[in-house]
Amino acid sequence: MILNASGCLDALTAPDVASQLDAFVTKTVTPLPREGNQPVRIAETDFGMLNSIGLANPGIDGFVGDVLPRLLELGPPVWVSVGGFAAHEYAELCARLDDQPVEALELNVSCPNVSSPEEEVEEIVAAARAATTKTLYAKLSPAVPDVGAAAAAAARAGADGLTLVNTIRGLALDERTLEPKLGPGVGGLSGPALRPIALAAVFAAYRETGLPIVGVGGVETGAHALDLIAAGSSAFALGTVLFADPEAPARVREELEREASARGFATPLGAYAAAHGGPPPAPLRRVA
Amino acid sequence: MRVEEIGPYRLLRLKRGRLESGIPGQFFMLAPPGRLLPRPMSLCLATRSELGFLIDPVGPGTCALTGVGRGEHVHVLGPLGNGFRLDVERPLLVGGGIGIAPFPYLSERLGRPPAVLGFRSRAYAEAAALVPNAEVVIEPRLVTEAIGPGHAVLACGPEPMLRAVAGLAPGAQLAWEAPMACGYGACYGCAVEIDGELRRLCVDGPVLERAA
Repeated sequence: MILNASGCLDALTAPDVASQLDAFVTKTVTPLPREGNQPVRIAETDFGMLNSIGLANPGIDGFVGDVLPRLLELGPPVWVSVGGFAAHEYAELCARLDDQPVEALELNVSCPNVSSPEEEVEEIVAAARAATTKTLYAKLSPAVPDVGAAAAAAARAGADGLTLVNTIRGLALDERTLEPKLGPGVGGLSGPALRPIALAAVFAAYRETGLPIVGVGGVETGAHALDLIAAGSSAFALGTVLFADPEAPARVREELEREASARGFATPLGAYAAAHGGPPPAPLRRVA
Repeated sequence: MRVEEIGPYRLLRLKRGRLESGIPGQFFMLAPPGRLLPRPMSLCLATRSELGFLIDPVGPGTCALTGVGRGEHVHVLGPLGNGFRLDVERPLLVGGGIGIAPFPYLSERLGRPPAVLGFRSRAYAEAAALVPNAEVVIEPRLVTEAIGPGHAVLACGPEPMLRAVAGLAPGAQLAWEAPMACGYGACYGCAVEIDGELRRLCVDGPVLERAA
């Protein structure tokens, strides 16, 4: 199953790209509208890109009233990414979306203000779990001492699945002025630089939880996607690659079929958790 | 494809295949070999067989694009965004530096109107030869000193120039610039603050008309 990474596609301006996906993940929706950060917002680095968009979004009222109805008309199932600054905000967002015809909710619990990751992840996921019966994914940051422990905390609190990983903080300086290229200074690093980091996080989270995982981080080809599946992803999402190649979902899907077939797997998911050897651990909880 | 030197700038000429040339002021995303992200470039000239892009090779992306060898391929997506509105009376093109890039094509489509082009030095001003009927000003003189009254201004250049032109010419059409990752509305990276509001240049612009 191929998704987009939250924030890397606007299905309303690029429906042709969204239609190549198995599900569309929205930009993170927050309780109130956010205009986003001051420019400059993006910069290319040697092995990735930095962004500091700042969760620009219309807020939950604008999203439910205006954006979501138009997204639902496009066809692909919709996953809504939600983000807040306290557990109760996540709970309110999830409660608000509980009766909407969306396929899943993704909790963006990887924002930089999460100070003590494991406890906060558990508190946020538990609050969201109590507020909705929707399939609930927790999107975790790899920039923690033990991503497996954060994954286990999300699982204990009732997450149905995990999305791994979000960006990690980086800085780029202007060659001439030596000042930060991005308006706010630092930004989130994505692209090829994230690939081994995402693989390690998926590998650890699978070991700890056995939950379904959406692998995200630097996927550019079918071979990269197959790596994530082998590490323990049951689905994967495309992010930065979409910027350079709007046809990436269809291309990567084809390449993945070929890569899997070349290794003797009947389907790409035949390689699921192959990196772990032996039978997979008993799942704590799985969604259909 | 081939690359011509025009002072410090480079004119990249690509075989256009089935690409449309679009409206002047629209842009194309050009993928520099070996780089992660494509770069937004407005179209400089269009012939039946070629599309030309005027590029200032200042960073790794623009250097990779202008260093492409004959016969090599560059991936191109476009035309994208909103170009200049062409139904104007007494047009005047006002450009600064590499901001003159869309003017050769724009000038042709508008019937070679007068232009005022500003550059930081004589070397850069060589590019003015691409734009017919152009008056050239070199720093410390500024283009804003050469804009006469009664024109419909179409401008492209550095942000301080655009803001100054907007002050002098209410109703001017301004072509803005920002780093872009995608060019088609996906990344939200190309926001620029204009009149107190953040606008996404790829879908709202890059040409924005200032309320008169």
